[in-house]
Amino acid sequence: MTGDMATFDVRQLGPASIVDIRGDVTSGSEDVLMSAYDAAGDAKSIVLNFSELSYMNSGGIGLLVTLLVRANRHSQQLMAFGLSEHYRQIFELTRLDEAVGIHDSEQAALRAAGAG
Amino acid sequence: MSDQQDNMGQRADALTDDTATPRDATNWAKAVSRLNVSEVPAGAINLNVTGKRLTSPIQGFGKMWQKTYQVRLPQERVSATDLIATWKQRFPDFWPEGNRFYAPLTGIEPGEVALLNMTLPGRMKLSTGVMVLYADEESFTLMTPQGHMFAGWITFSATEKDGETVAQAQVLMRASDPIFELGLTMGGHRQEDRFWNHTMRQVAAHFGEVAEVDTQVVCVDKRRQWSKWSNVWHSSAIRSTIYMFGAPVRAVRSRLGGKKSA
Repeated sequence: MTGDMATFDVRQLGPASIVDIRGDVTSGSEDVLMSAYDAAGDAKSIVLNFSELSYMNSGGIGLLVTLLVRANRHSQQLMAFGLSEHYRQIFELTRLDEAVGIHDSEQAALRAAGAG
Repeated sequence: MSDQQDNMGQRADALTDDTATPRDATNWAKAVSRLNVSEVPAGAINLNVTGKRLTSPIQGFGKMWQKTYQVRLPQERVSATDLIATWKQRFPDFWPEGNRFYAPLTGIEPGEVALLNMTLPGRMKLSTGVMVLYADEESFTLMTPQGHMFAGWITFSATEKDGETVAQAQVLMRASDPIFELGLTMGGHRQEDRFWNHTMRQVAAHFGEVAEVDTQVVCVDKRRQWSKWSNVWHSSAIRSTIYMFGAPVRAVRSRLGGKKSA
């Protein structure tokens, strides 16, 4: 399964950092995702934007679990928006939705993060 | 469930249909609320699987571990896709003796449920299962249900690099409950390492290679999730033991039932 390597661009919006995800998220995305997390700094909430996600395998889901652990360790909230129905189902299946706040839009996520 | 799914045997109940068609749509299992085993292979014990929910590392109790086991094979011997195809097809053959993986009748496909009958130290028998969470040509992932020793998943994959095919098993998990966590600290980790080392060597041996297994263990989260202590209610170890001790009673009941009907 080859495709576009993922990119993770970080935007700071008050107490939240938004990570815009583009391309394919696999276990090979670890270094770029963790660099993005470091770039997000001490934000109170890390908001993942999945609108431009084109592919994710189980290795990618594993990375999100690892990211969640890091965020929890720093008392940061992890949130997501822009998930298609397909990826929402994967979050439910893997029960990531129980630990990651899922929102319909960036505005909704930012409101929940206290940055709206 | 559709007729086609009915025919597929041990498939988890699908809740919803996909409307979008992303590239990975067919690689993932459909969302399920609880596992269902519709056909039990001969000799298998179907215990601690039906009706159980899947558990990710988020729902587990113990420290979170990522364990990676790799063997390297010459690429001219086997390609990554051929290795994964073989691994899927012969998955149970590579396991250590005394442990049975009852593969789904339709093979390792997303959403299929497999039954596991394991032998633990002290000759204790443990019955549980796994669901195929994800499968493509180069990898497949098995996810555990409530009561399994571990909450999490294990991904089997193969990649080609520098003339070699690297076969890998990677576990991301927490011990499900305090008893399994104790077991892990008292030799369980060593036993698990031996289990997967054996499996990886068997995979290599299948392709005519005597390979060294490269093992990497990372503690992703040192904290235990004490709020999950009650997972012990589902413990497959406890429930399998109770089931084992109940065998004589079931045998007597079965004989009495047989006499009555005669």
